[in-house]
Amino acid sequence: MKPFTTVKGIVVPFPRANIDTDAMLPKNYLKKLEKFGYGDFLFDDERYLTPGDVDIDPSTRKKNPSFILNQTPYTHAEIVVAGANFGCGSSREHAVWALRDFGIRAIIAPSFGDIFWQNCFNNGLLPITLSDTEVKQILAIESRSVQSLQLTIDLEAQTVSSGEQVWPFHIDANKKAALLAGLDSIGETLREKDAILQFEQQRRQQRPWLFQSGD
Amino acid sequence: MAGATLYDKLWHEHLVTTLDDGTSLLYIDRQLLHEITSPQAFDGLRQFGRKPWRLDANLAVPDHAVPTRFREHGLIGIEDAIARKQVKTLADNCAEFGVELFDLTDARQGIVHVIGPEQGLTLPGMTIVCGDSHTSTHGALATLAMGIGTSEVEHVLATQTLRTQKLKNMRVTFDGKLPPGIGAKDLILALIEKIGTAGGRGYAIEYAGDVVRSLSVEARMTLCNMTIEAGARAGLVAFDEVTAAYVRGRPRAPRGEALAQAEDYWQTLHSDSDATFDTEIHIDVANLAPQVTWGTSPEMVIGVDGQIPSLANARDADTSSMQRALNYMGLAAGQPLLGLAIDKVFIGSCTNARIEDLRAVADLVEGERVAANVQQAIIVPGSGLVKAQAEAEGLAAIFIAAGFEWRDSGCSMCLGMNDDKLGEFERCAATSNRNFEGRQGKGGRTHLMSPIMAAAAAIHGHITDVRELLK
Repeated sequence: MKPFTTVKGIVVPFPRANIDTDAMLPKNYLKKLEKFGYGDFLFDDERYLTPGDVDIDPSTRKKNPSFILNQTPYTHAEIVVAGANFGCGSSREHAVWALRDFGIRAIIAPSFGDIFWQNCFNNGLLPITLSDTEVKQILAIESRSVQSLQLTIDLEAQTVSSGEQVWPFHIDANKKAALLAGLDSIGETLREKDAILQFEQQRRQQRPWLFQSGD
Repeated sequence: MAGATLYDKLWHEHLVTTLDDGTSLLYIDRQLLHEITSPQAFDGLRQFGRKPWRLDANLAVPDHAVPTRFREHGLIGIEDAIARKQVKTLADNCAEFGVELFDLTDARQGIVHVIGPEQGLTLPGMTIVCGDSHTSTHGALATLAMGIGTSEVEHVLATQTLRTQKLKNMRVTFDGKLPPGIGAKDLILALIEKIGTAGGRGYAIEYAGDVVRSLSVEARMTLCNMTIEAGARAGLVAFDEVTAAYVRGRPRAPRGEALAQAEDYWQTLHSDSDATFDTEIHIDVANLAPQVTWGTSPEMVIGVDGQIPSLANARDADTSSMQRALNYMGLAAGQPLLGLAIDKVFIGSCTNARIEDLRAVADLVEGERVAANVQQAIIVPGSGLVKAQAEAEGLAAIFIAAGFEWRDSGCSMCLGMNDDKLGEFERCAATSNRNFEGRQGKGGRTHLMSPIMAAAAAIHGHITDVRELLK
């Protein structure tokens, strides 16, 4: 997993509330067996005018010129600024893989779908919760910008900034450390192997019916 | 000291350890796997040379991308080569790692959230995870059940634990007496309308009250199933005699002495009378009408006898979401839904494809015909065993005589990963759980409703108040 320290990148606005993971990555692409290669399919239904599927080369498809991810400079966006409850719906981690493969490193929103939020951390993406007012403020600055808006996200300092303007954010210490180091969470958990084994042994005695296999 | 909620009890029962920042390791009793969200997890195990921690805690079944026809042909019956490869990959991974699999031709194959409870793989007091957000379904049996992402699937396979944070407690009490024609689907849609799709974020929701106590376990599953549409990862219903009766005799349920021992413990699976909840919601059901969604989010719901809100009464001050939804759905603010013509009907999904759902539909459509303007009306049972039971009870014959297509089990048109899907602008009466843009097929228009409401729509060819048919 790519460590996350400081990201300075172009903002792409998705101000609508309740953008679901079906929208981020439609069903067709859930047939892929890999963890990578989803970037061309991010927001596929809106991004293309012609149908797509896993076995259709996206470069042969007609793009929707009015969709923001098809417009420069947003084609190089690294930070999504979105409406509330971003990533609600399906648990598909493929939606996060699509954001990551497109080049997105962080998402700023007033709130996130619970499963999506966890999926972000597991893939080195930083979901930042700011207040509704702060998000609207950033969106307003973005819409007034003649050029694209660039934000700087400093995870160590826990700040989002644009020039003189700084928005601090909260993150759990453990999650922060994992992102900064690009840690593998399984490896981290296996440090607690003895505790898990001990717990399991006790459970096996207390709730034996949970450990009977087969018919 | 205040008493504990059911969620608190389940949490503490499974808490292995809490790390310095409050992240906890929760022991997982059961993981259910399917073809869509597991291949990358198995790949991860291979990449790091890891083995599953505890094989007997896992069970796999293909359900999401499987076709609902030609099941007898097994893998060869999957026309879509990519889907076929995915189903085969699940079987290969299960063989390589030693995970039990109900394969495509197994009579027990079905939607993962239908077969768990059906087989007794879901037992009260468990923690259950699956790489599918509708894992909340299993909470109907007083389990702590949550949907997870693929990285977490891999994590649970490798460590038998989930890294997670404790949720807050919400209790939803349905008050009053359920009117005729109103069921669990209407209750959950009414809740989502009330608190919104983000209303339950960060909570586990316990459903309580006499109405919930009077519901069957299958109906409780419908309630818990769509808890995720209210934003909450877990839904819960306390253990009671209804739960006990449901569990007894299931193939994987404990028997004899073990059952008696288990039931002693299960009796404790309820919130203490002095437990406090962070949020309490009450919904009066006495005057509840059948609920139908009009938009592209499950919170865009009205009673079937009502009208779509005016823009002035939109949920958000910013009406752009509502306008976008209306535009997508081909509807206008203030418009009634009654009489709205439909093109397709889908009765199925982990929300509403169990035997009781099918019995209710059969009662309504017996001797009737699907309306001529309905291009396709499909009924997709939740599992192979539900299918067999519906056939044995004569329900399938009623469906077929009425002009419904009777299919094999799977997720089917709920998410349209197989060839059951909506075309552009096609309007569907659906018993599933999500009406997102493109959910059932690009450009398709979904109206979520209960099974009997979908059946009524099929017969009349338009959205109908099922209560009129019950008189």
